[in-house]
Amino acid sequence: MKSGSALTWRLIPNRYRLIGSHCETCKENFFPTRPVCPSCRRKGKMVEKKFKGEGKIYSFTTVQVPPEGFELEAPYVLAIVELSEGPRVTAQVVDCSENDLGFGTPVEMVFRKIQEEGKEGLIHYGFKFKIKK
Amino acid sequence: MLVASFECSETSKLQNSKLFKVFCLVGIVGFGACVPKYRIKAGEIASVWGEDARRIEDGLGILEKSVPALDEDAATLAVEASRNALVYSGISAKEIGAVFVGSESHPYAVKPTATIVAEAIGAAPNLTAADLEFACKAGTAGIQCCMGMVASKMIKYGLAIGSDTSQGKPSDALEYSASAGAGAFIIGSDKESVAVIEDTFSFTTDTPDFWRRPEAEFPSHGGRFTGKPAYFKHVTSAAKGLLEKTGTAPKDFDYVVFHQPNGKFPRMVAKMLGFEEAKLSPGLVTPVIGNTYSGATMIGLAAVLDEAQPGARIFVTSFGSGAGSDAFVINVTDGIVEKRKKGVKTVKEYIEDKHYLSYALYVKHRRKLKSL
Amino acid sequence: MQNFKTSKLETVYCVVVFMRRVAIVGVGMSKFGEHWEKGFRDLIIEAGVQALQDGNLKGEEIDALYGGTMAAGRLIGQEHITALIADYMGLNPIPATRVEAACASGGLALRQGFMAVASGLHDVVVVGGVEKMTDVSTAEVTTALGGAGDQEWELFMGATFPSIYALMARRHMKEYGTSVEQMAAVSVKNHLNAAKNKFAQFQKPVTLEEVLESKEVSSPLKVLDCSPITDGAAVVILASLEKAKKYSDCPIEIIASAQASDTIALHDRKSLTELKATQIAARKAFQQAGVSAKDVDVAEVHDCFTIAEIMAIEDLGFVEKGKGGKATEDGFTALNSDVSVNTSGGLKGCGHPVGATGVKQAVEITWQLRGKAGERQVKNAELGLTHNVGGSGATAVVHLFKKC
Repeated sequence: MKSGSALTWRLIPNRYRLIGSHCETCKENFFPTRPVCPSCRRKGKMVEKKFKGEGKIYSFTTVQVPPEGFELEAPYVLAIVELSEGPRVTAQVVDCSENDLGFGTPVEMVFRKIQEEGKEGLIHYGFKFKIKK
Repeated sequence: MLVASFECSETSKLQNSKLFKVFCLVGIVGFGACVPKYRIKAGEIASVWGEDARRIEDGLGILEKSVPALDEDAATLAVEASRNALVYSGISAKEIGAVFVGSESHPYAVKPTATIVAEAIGAAPNLTAADLEFACKAGTAGIQCCMGMVASKMIKYGLAIGSDTSQGKPSDALEYSASAGAGAFIIGSDKESVAVIEDTFSFTTDTPDFWRRPEAEFPSHGGRFTGKPAYFKHVTSAAKGLLEKTGTAPKDFDYVVFHQPNGKFPRMVAKMLGFEEAKLSPGLVTPVIGNTYSGATMIGLAAVLDEAQPGARIFVTSFGSGAGSDAFVINVTDGIVEKRKKGVKTVKEYIEDKHYLSYALYVKHRRKLKSL
Repeated sequence: MQNFKTSKLETVYCVVVFMRRVAIVGVGMSKFGEHWEKGFRDLIIEAGVQALQDGNLKGEEIDALYGGTMAAGRLIGQEHITALIADYMGLNPIPATRVEAACASGGLALRQGFMAVASGLHDVVVVGGVEKMTDVSTAEVTTALGGAGDQEWELFMGATFPSIYALMARRHMKEYGTSVEQMAAVSVKNHLNAAKNKFAQFQKPVTLEEVLESKEVSSPLKVLDCSPITDGAAVVILASLEKAKKYSDCPIEIIASAQASDTIALHDRKSLTELKATQIAARKAFQQAGVSAKDVDVAEVHDCFTIAEIMAIEDLGFVEKGKGGKATEDGFTALNSDVSVNTSGGLKGCGHPVGATGVKQAVEITWQLRGKAGERQVKNAELGLTHNVGGSGATAVVHLFKKC
């Protein structure tokens, strides 16, 4: 999907640096940023939280039929990664094939191009993961 | 051999140099490299063009080169190298007052790479940032910018990066060498440096040995003209200038790093200047990763700093087509021992972490097919 | 928490007491498939005319229209689709309302229609579901369907719907030992049923080997584990029970309607091997109707992927959690077995024009409960269930149906 400048810009802290939220009431962590704690609602107190970018593979797949904008990259490994601080995220795992990983494989965040809008549009960057050696 | 904690003012042989008095206050606080995982062998490329693989390997001194992943560009490589440098230095990204990214393959023609890096490493927003371009020496130009700003106390730390995903036209000699990688150096006060930058000297002329017009996909070059009047003249001039300025001779150094467009030129220039090959080898990575352009001298220096012991002296000279060379005298301090323990991925580890591509996959990675 | 939930259900129960009873009086659907020659309007009109004829109704007897479509904006560039449908069906000036909850759009439109009649606001309403998917490329469809998930944090990262269900399948395989053969068994069963349904997209059975050897879409899911890209429409006409008897000899009563929501992103759920929204909607529906899962004779469940049917029959309570794969392999859900699941062919065999699916499920159950399902008729079918899911389970809606 094409995203305008403002959309991609708004999400830079989350996508570049893994900024999420921490609820001081229930001590739960969330990624990405949430304005309201879904458990505590108005009793919650959300503060900014930077995640370290380390985690483990919770589930994984290889995408063979990609959506628009990912044609060149397919096949690629997509995973749900459980961050060491708790929340899970969906992201690509790069520089490997799914045979190189399994449930619980430790991974670390890398900074990569996620999508680019043709040859003239914006380049969207963000987090992906690679197997931690 | 000068040791790390040498006093800059009185003992120096270059008391008359104003520059020296300033520069002795700055050094490398942290550094990091990044080389993509993918490689293509020179022989694989040679087979496509009916060339003799052995002749290419011997002639260029390149056995294989790095190839970026489909989602890597000069910005992502710069970010990874910078994150490594930050971890190595142990400083807070917020203390970085300037970010300079040198590249000839900036992802955007207009829109800085430096802002992407500054934002990704958490250095933004209270800093200055800019992109630099000077063919293969834009990274060392960034180091000089940071040196001046740190020495003048404009900033506490400056981050200089050389990063490229360079392209060579299919079948051109450049196709065997143009590769991808980045080196990042955090410049700060000499007191907390792992290596003090004792002095620098540059040599610059307008020499059109290699260029790329805005609308051109691949660079053009002057063939053999890139050698003697360009690379050799500028590298030797800058090197000799600095040797003279610092009153040193090749024998005073433990390591030497030259810009390495291939495996041959740096060996030849080392010989011309009188540096022994053993001093060159630790920082000569082009034979196994290719020419990473703005990253080349930076990664070579990083490779040396990965193994150099306190007290070691390093002589560095970059080269950028167009043309110019920046030379540096760098002295390793005791501080390197502790910082090395942080286990930041070394150049050697990057080199060894590799996966070979066929020429067909390489073409896809570099988007050389018309429809890509 | 438990007390809170109970009290909420009691409230629902109280409301049910005052609600009017609602029945289906007419159904119709277009053939599901690749309709190169037919557009969005043709499809919904075809289904609508059939439903009116089936219910022996005149257009002027309709009080309101509810339409389910997921992505008309992306797929045919048309929003405001219910006004268009009312216009082309000649139903102006009745109120026409679009309902959207990704692949559960049809099921939710049915629930809106049900509530409108049950509340007494309207006596007769038409509920339509439609999607025209073949006017754009597969990549565009993949992207449009992706909108059912979290655009910024799943789709942006390169996730597709097959990949999101593949992530669930991988966990189900790990946690319960579910095998690719068991998933393939869902496809084999649903294709077999589809072959007996002239409205289905696929008219041929497939073998286990064919499923297992089909091209991988997102490991471990293969093409024949996935529902296809389909054009189609389905319509049901609802009326209050008193009025229903006037139009139909055999009105099919909707005895329960329940819906629940969950996180939009799959990764935000504690478990990837269950759809909480399905479990909650099912529990509420069974409570409303005073029946249990084992009473269900025929069920149309949301098998957008084979793993989805395995999880659905577990979450609906037909089998224990983790036993869905084995149960399918053992024939528990085959036609005229313990519970006949997806007699229409399901999303897999009959096709999945996303907005139409939830309504088509009600059409199939109506035919089954009327005893008019032909070759695929479930013997003595009395209690039917439909289960429609939006996205990866952020929305689930369950309806129960009974012959009057």
